[in-house]
Amino acid sequence: MADIVLDKVGKKYPDGFEAVKELNLEIADGEFMILVGPSGCGKSTALNMIAGLEDITSGELRIGGEVVNQKAPRDRDIAMVFQSYALYPHMTVRDNIAFALKLAKRPKEEIDAKVNEAAGILDLQNHLDRKPANLSGGQRQRVAMGRAIVRNPKAFLMDEPLSNLDAKLRVQMRAEVARIQNRLNTTTVYVTHDQTEAMTLGDRVAIMLHGELQQVDSPMNLYNSPRNLFVAGFIGSPGMNFLPATIEGGVAKLPMVDVKLPQEVADRIGRVEPGKKLIAGVRPEDFEDASNVAAETKGRGTTFKTTFDLVEAMGAEYYVHFGVKAEQLESSQVDDLLQDQGGVSETTAEGEAVVVARLSAESRAKTGEPTEVWLDATKLHFFDADSGKSLTAA
Amino acid sequence: MEYSRNQKILWALGTVVVLFYALIPVVWIISLSLKDPTTIGDQNFFPREYTLDNYDSVFEGGLGFNRALINSIGIAIITTLLALALASMAAYAITRLEFPGKTLILAGALAISMFPAISIVGGLFNVWRNIGLYDTWPGLILPYLSFALPLSIYTLSAFFREIPWDLEKAAQMDGATGMQAFRKVILPLAMPGVFTAGILAFIVAWNDFLFANVLTATDAARTAPVALSYFRGASQFQDPSGAIAAGAVVVTIPILIMVLIFQRRIVSGLTAGAVKG
Repeated sequence: MADIVLDKVGKKYPDGFEAVKELNLEIADGEFMILVGPSGCGKSTALNMIAGLEDITSGELRIGGEVVNQKAPRDRDIAMVFQSYALYPHMTVRDNIAFALKLAKRPKEEIDAKVNEAAGILDLQNHLDRKPANLSGGQRQRVAMGRAIVRNPKAFLMDEPLSNLDAKLRVQMRAEVARIQNRLNTTTVYVTHDQTEAMTLGDRVAIMLHGELQQVDSPMNLYNSPRNLFVAGFIGSPGMNFLPATIEGGVAKLPMVDVKLPQEVADRIGRVEPGKKLIAGVRPEDFEDASNVAAETKGRGTTFKTTFDLVEAMGAEYYVHFGVKAEQLESSQVDDLLQDQGGVSETTAEGEAVVVARLSAESRAKTGEPTEVWLDATKLHFFDADSGKSLTAA
Repeated sequence: MEYSRNQKILWALGTVVVLFYALIPVVWIISLSLKDPTTIGDQNFFPREYTLDNYDSVFEGGLGFNRALINSIGIAIITTLLALALASMAAYAITRLEFPGKTLILAGALAISMFPAISIVGGLFNVWRNIGLYDTWPGLILPYLSFALPLSIYTLSAFFREIPWDLEKAAQMDGATGMQAFRKVILPLAMPGVFTAGILAFIVAWNDFLFANVLTATDAARTAPVALSYFRGASQFQDPSGAIAAGAVVVTIPILIMVLIFQRRIVSGLTAGAVKG
């Protein structure tokens, strides 16, 4: 077991493309670190550089205090789980799991014992003599995990290990991965593009975009105080609502309502030029049906009237969509977010921007009926429209 | 898909025509080889009397056919093994590595395999006589290799390309050296390709007449196809066609055996289950 330190690690391809730019990341011993970001953000390249499958162009990579830039993958003592599983199809499950130990020329009894132990952890005892072709997707995934854990390496690297599973199995395996990591307490670097996996699995999450690290923090800190627009929009589902805004004299002008900012929010933002273009971010759960808000909390926010054009009942809560007359947001990070979500921003029939709110199940929300909605002003986020930087982050 | 009656009839008809076209010469040769030397010109498609005399005379020894068969088998097998060993490594490098001139090598390989043999055989004859390769096994193996190698490289690189690269990365992560990853993971998966390339290389060496005819003089290296052409009748009035036909049938047998043995290995789907399909 060991810590992994990336010190200004960069990757530049011969054609001049910079996949990873000066990545600084310290992964503590036993920590579960998630690298997350949209496709092409450099997260897999970063992982491959840690693995040794790609050369490091600049900077230094240390595993357990030792610089390993020039070391071949086999000398780094780390195991990797591939997105495609990469099981050896001509070997049985047992041989697949034992392959690394056999290469290391361990005694046969030790190999058998370790393979059986790994098979026990992963519930594969009954499949040891089958070939990968005869296994289900979930079983193949577990064999890939088994191949990694049997070696007891310094670190696990996982490259989107769950993305080939169907939704239900993915949730199940996600819990299993977390349990195994917890049990073995091995340093783990896990790459995913799925923010749910990132939030649920990681001790800490590193968000990347265009080869640059955006923010590293615990899932809750990322969620509550994102450092920029991209992080704010990437983490959370449904995502944060972004609206154009200006702040003048302690009052934020949002498209649907003017909000008097609470003192602590105003203090954190500091002085803002009147009329400067900002982007306000509101999480769906920071809205509430005004009739369900207790009198003592109501003072923390503002209410406004709107008409829902879509109400989705989820059982435990409602997701309601309503339109807001707002000009198009002009920010490169918002564009990046849109691209990640499929490239089309949601608009209402009248071409208004859509805001998604999460209301409690007691709400009487109905499509097409005017409703009073409350907005929690203490939870508002503000971002500089040009740079995308958060003004509210701690 | 369901075929209608007419389609089935057409299919059957087509199959019969193709089979007829392909097999008539073979049946003819077999029939000739079973005829008595005196009835060889009786213009019957099937022999009136079956006899194995022709086969006996082929192997009798006076014709040098036994020695030629040994030469043929030895030269073809050595060519095949060398071609496979070199081609599998070359093809692996070509598919897995980025290096300048990669496409040039592949294009060059293809060009060489298309090169007309007749245009080099004359020069080769002179060179071989000067450096002592004339009428030796290596003297034939070398030119065969130069035709079998490009073919094998081309075939094998197509097969290697189908193997997911993740497998090799996984092997590296599991602690394998480049050579171990190649031998223990990549090569076993490319076996169908190796056998395909092997058969092609074997056929190149086995079927050649031109080089073997020009570059050999005695039993030391003369191969079976050339030996066949030297067959003479027992007297100058006897037609050696029966013996030639028998020799031709014998020459076909090793190829048949090769294909029958290896066709079971040339199965696709060996990589099934490596990565999520």
